[in-house]
Amino acid sequence: MKIAVCAKQVPDTDIPPSQFKVDETDLRVIPPAGVPPIVNGFDMNAVEAALRLRDAGVDVEIVIFSVGTGFALDVMKKPLAIGADRLVLVDDEASESLDALNTAKVLAAAIERDGCADLVLAGRQASDWDQGHVPIMLSELMRAPLVTLVRDLKLGLDGDSFEIERVSEGGFQRINCPKPAVMTVTNELGEARYANLRGIMAASRKRPETITLGDLGLSDLTQNGAIAMTRLFVPMSESNVEIVEGEDDADSGRLLALRLREAKLI
Amino acid sequence: MSDGLLIVGEVVDGALHPTVRQLVNAAGKIGEEASLCLAVDGAFDDGALDGVGVANVILLEHPEAASDGVGGVYSLLTDLVCEAVERLSPNVVLVAKTDAGSVISARVAARFGAGLASDSIDLALNAEGKVAVTRPVHGGSALAVYEFAGDGLQVVSVRPGAFEAVESSSVMPDVERIDASSVNANGAAPVLVETVVEESEGIPLEQADIVVSGGRGLGGAEPFDNLRELCGLLDAALGASRAACDAGWIDHSHQVGLTGKSISPTTYITVGISGASQHMAGCSSARNIVAIDKDPEANIFSHARYGVVGDWAKVLPAFTAAVAELD
Repeated sequence: MKIAVCAKQVPDTDIPPSQFKVDETDLRVIPPAGVPPIVNGFDMNAVEAALRLRDAGVDVEIVIFSVGTGFALDVMKKPLAIGADRLVLVDDEASESLDALNTAKVLAAAIERDGCADLVLAGRQASDWDQGHVPIMLSELMRAPLVTLVRDLKLGLDGDSFEIERVSEGGFQRINCPKPAVMTVTNELGEARYANLRGIMAASRKRPETITLGDLGLSDLTQNGAIAMTRLFVPMSESNVEIVEGEDDADSGRLLALRLREAKLI
Repeated sequence: MSDGLLIVGEVVDGALHPTVRQLVNAAGKIGEEASLCLAVDGAFDDGALDGVGVANVILLEHPEAASDGVGGVYSLLTDLVCEAVERLSPNVVLVAKTDAGSVISARVAARFGAGLASDSIDLALNAEGKVAVTRPVHGGSALAVYEFAGDGLQVVSVRPGAFEAVESSSVMPDVERIDASSVNANGAAPVLVETVVEESEGIPLEQADIVVSGGRGLGGAEPFDNLRELCGLLDAALGASRAACDAGWIDHSHQVGLTGKSISPTTYITVGISGASQHMAGCSSARNIVAIDKDPEANIFSHARYGVVGDWAKVLPAFTAAVAELD
């Protein structure tokens, strides 16, 4: 069974908000010097979901697909280091200006070119623009069933469908879904496993397959102009914190309780 | 020119979802004439529409409409909304960014090749008469404005709670019932086996007046017992950061943040939480944040009203003991 996992390179979410800067003219985020990007955390949860199918004895080939430019190879190889088989990078400067629908078209074409997948997994949303549009649109383009917010994924006994738990309001739902299907994975599934030395060495020897929009016959695919970002800014926030300080930490705790009672907050 | 605005509302157990009245208010920001479409089954009672505040309501009747929540697919609901868009050819489709709305808005936009702006917290019309939305990005670290252009359909989803509900109107809407039973969801579909409601321990986070949350700084599962003790004293709900949930120290049902629960207590006490923007996105409606953390530079202190910089293991027991002694 072939599993395509869509993964996006994003700025590190652990950048402290005080160091989070944007270029208001170019409408982009300026990463602090020396902080490498990461693979979107939810996409790593999706890689983990695929690896757990393999752990359960399913014969899977896991191929990572990413659309972008300026890839940090050692970062994008992280899924390979924990067990994914191949990496396909659609590396094209034009991809910077693609909206969600066009990004979904590029991913659909790249996945089809590679020889159709039984399952397409992606994180529930990317931590940069927080939209979560692409996988849903991908399911429309591929005319495949969609299940969002997957927290547990197993192959059904018939070998032709999946048994899923998805997060729903106030609990979860058990779902059976035929393949091929598109699913988004949420962090409730669990964090991606750590890479061991052998995995890191094996990944370092693998070369990604790098293709362009032209290779997909999509060089004309530019922004369709339906919507564009016109402003990006960091909202001003004024701190008015009152730090409660006692003789030592315990005393501070005691004084805090008194202060909160005085302010009628507890 | 203008063909108006179509609000896509949700119906839950025969009643309007709370976001419907928020969408009606949000539609007012755009100023186009608004119609409301609802996918319903035959049992739907028009009485639920009293005072909803729009002049036209279109009920798309389908026997399965009430049960199409399966698997986050919302295939039938998507098809029904597309049917309404075909019939009315609106300029703008307005949806709430709920579980259903997230999926439906993206599927409708893909089908019509439309522009899509999601999770909007503010709406306006630009000089060209197109919708301009403001939405948080990068986990809430920044705000972005997106503007539509061209003549295509504009699909907008709105963050639940970002707009107040519209006040009840005495105007009774014109209600049109359309038999949409011939609309059929296409293709192979997932099957819902069961929906499981998980009883979360303690007071529900969304309703609590006081919430106490723990984060990565607590370092393990045991310290959450200290927080439970404090919650008991304060009648507070127990929350946590995503890091603490992902580490397995506490169940994900306690997660507060962008992809967890949104809370709006009077008092929000955080222990060992640095205040990453993804966490703050879930507590931006908290009226007073009280932070206990060892890092004086932690972002949580720039949002807090009161704070203690110190080791939670020493601060918290003394705080809890003092709370226990208050009247």
